[in-house]
Amino acid sequence: MNAVTEAGLIDAPAPGARRIGEVILDLRNISLSFGGVKALTDISFDVREHEIRAIIGPNGAGKSSMLNVINGVYHPQQGEIVYRGQPRRGMNTHDAASSGIARTFQNIALFKGMTVLDNIMTGRNLKMKSSFLLQALYWGPAQREELAHRKEVEKVIDFLEIQHIRKTPVGRLPYGLQKRVELGRALAAQPEILLLDEPMAGMNVEEKQDMCRFILDVNDQFGTTIVLIEHDMGVVMDISDRVVVLDYGRKIADGTPDEVRASQDVINAYLGVAH
Amino acid sequence: MNLNFFFEVLIGGLLSGVMYALVALGFVLIYKASGVFNFAQGAMVFFAALTCVSIVNRFGLSLWLAVPLTMAAMVALGLAIERLVLRPLVNQPEITLFMATIGLSFFIEGLAQMLWGAQVQRLDLGIEDVPMEALMNRFNIVVSRFDVAAAGICGVLVAALAFFFSRTKVGRALRAVADDHQAALAVGIPLHHIWGIVWAVAGFVALVAGMLWGARNGVQFSLTFIALKALPVLILGGFTSVPGAIVGGLIIGASEKMAEVYIGPMVGGGIEGWFPYVLALLFLLVRPEGLFGERIIRRI
Amino acid sequence: MYYREAGQFKTSYAADSRIFPIRQDRTGMLLLCVVAFVLVPFWATPYAFSAILIPFLIFSLAALGLNILTGYAGQLSLGSAAFMAVGAFASYNFVLRIPGIPVLLAFVLGGLCAALVGIAFGLPSLRIRGFYLAAATLATQFFVVWCLTKIPWLTNHSSSGVITAQKIVIAGYAIDTPAGKYLLTLAIVGIMALLAKNMVRSNVGRSWMAVRDMDVAAEVIGIRPMRTKLLAFAVSSFYCGVAGALYAYAYLGTVEPEAYNLDLSFRILFMIIIGGVGSILGSFLGAAFIVLLPILLNVIAHALSLPTSVASNLELMVFGALIIFFLIVEPHGLARLWQITKEKLRLWPFPH
Repeated sequence: MNAVTEAGLIDAPAPGARRIGEVILDLRNISLSFGGVKALTDISFDVREHEIRAIIGPNGAGKSSMLNVINGVYHPQQGEIVYRGQPRRGMNTHDAASSGIARTFQNIALFKGMTVLDNIMTGRNLKMKSSFLLQALYWGPAQREELAHRKEVEKVIDFLEIQHIRKTPVGRLPYGLQKRVELGRALAAQPEILLLDEPMAGMNVEEKQDMCRFILDVNDQFGTTIVLIEHDMGVVMDISDRVVVLDYGRKIADGTPDEVRASQDVINAYLGVAH
Repeated sequence: MNLNFFFEVLIGGLLSGVMYALVALGFVLIYKASGVFNFAQGAMVFFAALTCVSIVNRFGLSLWLAVPLTMAAMVALGLAIERLVLRPLVNQPEITLFMATIGLSFFIEGLAQMLWGAQVQRLDLGIEDVPMEALMNRFNIVVSRFDVAAAGICGVLVAALAFFFSRTKVGRALRAVADDHQAALAVGIPLHHIWGIVWAVAGFVALVAGMLWGARNGVQFSLTFIALKALPVLILGGFTSVPGAIVGGLIIGASEKMAEVYIGPMVGGGIEGWFPYVLALLFLLVRPEGLFGERIIRRI
Repeated sequence: MYYREAGQFKTSYAADSRIFPIRQDRTGMLLLCVVAFVLVPFWATPYAFSAILIPFLIFSLAALGLNILTGYAGQLSLGSAAFMAVGAFASYNFVLRIPGIPVLLAFVLGGLCAALVGIAFGLPSLRIRGFYLAAATLATQFFVVWCLTKIPWLTNHSSSGVITAQKIVIAGYAIDTPAGKYLLTLAIVGIMALLAKNMVRSNVGRSWMAVRDMDVAAEVIGIRPMRTKLLAFAVSSFYCGVAGALYAYAYLGTVEPEAYNLDLSFRILFMIIIGGVGSILGSFLGAAFIVLLPILLNVIAHALSLPTSVASNLELMVFGALIIFFLIVEPHGLARLWQITKEKLRLWPFPH
């Protein structure tokens, strides 16, 4: 199936047809340490297809490290990641990206020297196949490929309502818009799993509502599985299907939002009861 | 292989390494305190040496007068640099500041030659370039008295600087500024004063280095290239470490001489020009931060 | 108001992605080509060709190469002159040892040799960054030039190390007049600039800029930093290699390895700093500036009857001061100033 003619972002199952499927990502007994510091200890949970899975916990609990493990940035000393039935421990970032895992970052990791359009186009990088020589000629297959990907990226831009800033250098945008562009770059890769690291940090109420809407639309329209770290409890409880709670690198709860909210361990962790 | 000859070459290399270390020290000072990699250090060495020797030769003043006068000029230069170049570029990325110091080096070279002319001038420090009797008579090793004196001077200077950085209040402020300008400002450290001090001290180090090198080789334009040699020294020793500059200088000086003497004849000579750089390059591949440098961990 | 875009609607992505989307720009470029290809050869003096136009074009090409490596891919390099040297000496040897080889092919092969050397010396960039990398490129600069002086085979056993570039003959026509060399250089530089512009606005260019801006994030979205950086070194060195070959064949005539020294590397770096880092246009503007400035200073020094030593020192000082000035006032160089001018022209003569 040619990368360019595969189903575009708009040709997706009808809204409301999403249903939570089988487990596509299974993390088993993940332990990660840096020197003497144990970031994650024996963490196991799974993620089902098409669901929205939240990871929450107090600061320093290891949530970003968890995403970094899924994504291949960190390699756990122990444990296993089973993705679509394939077990692997030492996955590198390139493999993760080409397997359909995309992510956003806590501190925005956009390419400040490029425009919004170019930043989102970099998200299509893995789907572009022509050699640099053909690109230098900008003719024939290279030009067709470039314009076809431009079309797909414009769909993402329409979806995120950022048409008016597509030629603006990213460094000049306000924080909220930068986060949206970063989401766009992740979406442009048409991922199967989208890892969002505090996508609503530093936003006001309106921006948060917009972001929630986008996340729900992505999950609804394109069926993308979403794993997100978030501090805003209202958002987490509202939009997620299941929640994992981490504290000091350990998992202390795992279930639906209601179950987690009622768990005594979680309440203790957040209120800071002495261990 | 003649063992005496080997020791002569080794010691000669180590001693010239001490001189490289002195130039590298100037780099380290400025980098430690302002995070700026001062490519113009070589030009400053040249400027200091040329000013000093020209004052002596043109106006007939004694060295004892010329040195303080040159020092005053170096302080003035340092303050001017801080005011005109560094302050406007305060929050720019390191690469921009580095390129600004490249421009600065050209400017200072042109200025020095415009003021004092381009001829080679001899600088006489009163220490003769004759073999040390003690070593020659006892061990049959020929080592110049001048080189040993230079090493001694460098040693004193380095010890003084190390003390300055670790024990005094100003030294502590310098280290704070090197870590984070904004944070240092936030705790009330007068940034611009500190930078003025640093560049003045670096100017003093440049003066000492310039005088020593100038006395050895004559004060001429090629002095600026010695500063380029300081780069491999810094790579080996780390950019922020005073002892690192010394160790790096010794290694570079010794290996450069040994390579030239022992490997040089096999490949046609002239190895000195690139050997230190290639050595540094190979070293970087193994240890990107140098022997004593700090590891930089990037969080994402 | 004369530069307005009003009324120019683009109805396809192809139209929007053109190199010159605005009609006025296209007309301007066309006029420039007419002037450069048709008018200049008629009117320019041989002095203008050999002292201004040809070096301007050659340096623009070298600056383009360095801009690709340093401006777009973010790998600071102080060794561009060394790659020029490889291109020059490799082309010389190809023409010398393969009888009947077309000169243009020799240039391309020389560029490819430079590209290979570039990849070899670019390998450290995978571990080293920033000015550590710049210091490492110094190793390239000194080592390569040393090799060229010490390996007699490369200079055809010339006792002085100097090589004389052969006559350029293309399809039976000898190109040995200044005008002819100018047109040849213009054609080569024009084509390569177009290729560079295309690369820079495609996926390759975006990968370079991504690696420059935040290589860890680039890796996470699937860009391979190693391939990207080495490709940047290869392409950049190719450009510098061809520029070096032209330097020998179309400009100086006779060269020795020392002609490609550290000083030349610095000059090319200054060109991209002043012209605009990360800009194709900037490479040309910077090269023009650096070529014209010494001539201007000479004229001034002559008019003021200053001795030549003062003039050359003044040149050093002015260079240095201008670098600092540009970095303070407009770090994005002349290219950005040009952009700002165009923005202002949109409104002129209206105030707002």
